[in-house]
Amino acid sequence: MSILAWTYIMVILSFGLYIFIAWRSRVQETKGFYVAGSSVPPLANGMATAADWMSAASFISMAGLVSFMGYAGTVYLMGWTGGYVLLALLLAPYLRKFGKFTVPDFVGDRYYSSTARIVALICAIFISLTYVAGQMRGAGIVFSRFLEVEVSTGVVIGMAVVFFYAALGGMKGITWTQVAQYCVLIVAFILAAAAISFKLTGMPIPQIGFGSSLIEGERAGQYVLQAIDGIHEDLGLHRYTEAFHPGGMGMLSVVSITLALMVGTAGLPHVIIRFFTVPSVKAARISAFWALLFIALLYTTAPTVAGFARYNMIDTINDTPYTEAPSWFKNWEQTGLVAWVDKAGDGIIRFRDGDPFVGSPNLTGERGEYGERLVSNELTDNDNELYIDRDIIVLASPEMGNLPAWMVGLVAAGGLAAALSTASGLLIVIASSISHDLYYRILNPQATERQRMAVGRIMIAIAVLIAGYFGINPPGFVAEVVAFAFGLAASSFFPIIILGIFTTWVNREGAIAGMIAGISFTMMYIIQTKFMGMDPWFFGIVPEGIGTVGMLINAAVTLTVSSFTKSPPAHIRELVQNVRTPRGSGEASGH
Amino acid sequence: MSKRFDEYWKKNLTLIGVLLAIWAFVSYGLGIFLVQPLNNFWIAGFPLGFWFAQQGSIYVFVILILVYCVLMNKLDREYDVDEQ
Repeated sequence: MSILAWTYIMVILSFGLYIFIAWRSRVQETKGFYVAGSSVPPLANGMATAADWMSAASFISMAGLVSFMGYAGTVYLMGWTGGYVLLALLLAPYLRKFGKFTVPDFVGDRYYSSTARIVALICAIFISLTYVAGQMRGAGIVFSRFLEVEVSTGVVIGMAVVFFYAALGGMKGITWTQVAQYCVLIVAFILAAAAISFKLTGMPIPQIGFGSSLIEGERAGQYVLQAIDGIHEDLGLHRYTEAFHPGGMGMLSVVSITLALMVGTAGLPHVIIRFFTVPSVKAARISAFWALLFIALLYTTAPTVAGFARYNMIDTINDTPYTEAPSWFKNWEQTGLVAWVDKAGDGIIRFRDGDPFVGSPNLTGERGEYGERLVSNELTDNDNELYIDRDIIVLASPEMGNLPAWMVGLVAAGGLAAALSTASGLLIVIASSISHDLYYRILNPQATERQRMAVGRIMIAIAVLIAGYFGINPPGFVAEVVAFAFGLAASSFFPIIILGIFTTWVNREGAIAGMIAGISFTMMYIIQTKFMGMDPWFFGIVPEGIGTVGMLINAAVTLTVSSFTKSPPAHIRELVQNVRTPRGSGEASGH
Repeated sequence: MSKRFDEYWKKNLTLIGVLLAIWAFVSYGLGIFLVQPLNNFWIAGFPLGFWFAQQGSIYVFVILILVYCVLMNKLDREYDVDEQ
């Protein structure tokens, strides 16, 4: 059977599974809708959190980024896992004890203020919208690459599926679908990596194979990383494992981006609310462990895929005549994700540093002397002749590992699972921010259970439509998800939640001033450096890492303002004392 | 009750402090600040600093959370504040 046929089978089967699960877990009441009735077992919550967390970017793009960044790729690997330690130790147990539905709920109650609640809900909505548009786009791209449909058709299919299970089952439907989605995506990712590892080193566990010796080729007997470093040196490039080399990321950038991503992770509302869905404080703690364990399975595999691909790329393509290039190269050339320009005019592919031409390939539709697809882009003056889209590292991994056609289909289904599971988790945050925090807690506290459910479902529909619209017509800010979503989460929620738990005296005035100062600084810096062409003026910190500074500003302002203003009322001090011990954690409640 | 509670909270804070110190040392210390000198040592097929940055730190993160869960559950029982 062809790759396309297998892909259709895998995608349709997995979608059928999600819809079946959603139908089985449909809900009628707000507690089920917002926090899955606080009845999700820790192991399942761990899987759901992992799927919720690992987005299209983690699954499709990250290994490719690491492959091109070498050591510096570590900012994503550590940044997107280390935050779970902060979550587990500093947030999850206390927020579960607090026992409400949303992050703005905590901010609004702890800081006894509707203003604080509104600032928090605006942040939650902006962060989640930025993030979800990227997921819809990711789903559309997977559809268009594997199933040969338009990106916008793919986005619409993705919207329909997510809407179905989110509106029907709310958090409960989403949680159980995410458990299934985690299984699909992790099996796809690890099988492909294991096959490549086995082919190169004879060791099927990629984390061990990455440290083993090559079994074939010119450099057989050398360690994989030794071989990759050696190849780089032969080409006159910096070594793959080398840190802070000239032209790469400096130490300050690596530290600030890693910290911003870690802290941002711990402040992302769609991650935090997952801990409201478990039955107890004890369960919240252990489900953070399960979540990171399941995430670590992918995150320790991704750098091995990156390294193996780096070796494969250079070994099988560099200095090879185009006519002898491997078949996956020619397959993906059709999609415009790889392209070759014969700068030297000798029919041999040269793979060096830098971009071969300006921008992404504009295929002219014609073929060159050797059968390669010609592009009309302006050439750069370096020696590199090869354009490789970062996403190819994962998308083409089954073919590089000589895996059967059904594996390619499974990787496509895995990419869609990653995109849709994250999208659904974000949609529930957007819907609950408006229907619970705004409508029920501020506008209409007398609303009945039925009204609240109806508003919740309508909000999901509206959020899906907005996300889909942004997915089809991505505005500029969507491309800067890493800077915006993580920067804002780090500079808004993280400090005031921590201070709200670990001090009793931080007050309303402090929290509101702190959040506004943190967000304004971070937003302004990102807009200046990303969209207005200004240089990173704050000690040269790149916009992706500025959330670290925003967080410190938020904390400093919160503490200073709190120490000059009236301390919180007695019942707030009691509330803080109460969340610090597990006993008496009931089910989450909406008021 | 209040004194017992303060003691419980202090122990909790100490545990968090120790675990976060390890967290910072492994990720920022070994994986970033000391990566260059550590890369001179190869353990099996890995330069040590690179291994901590792309593999080892993540394993340590997972273990830290597990240790926290086990010790906190014990502490909860000891101070009789666990969920029944």
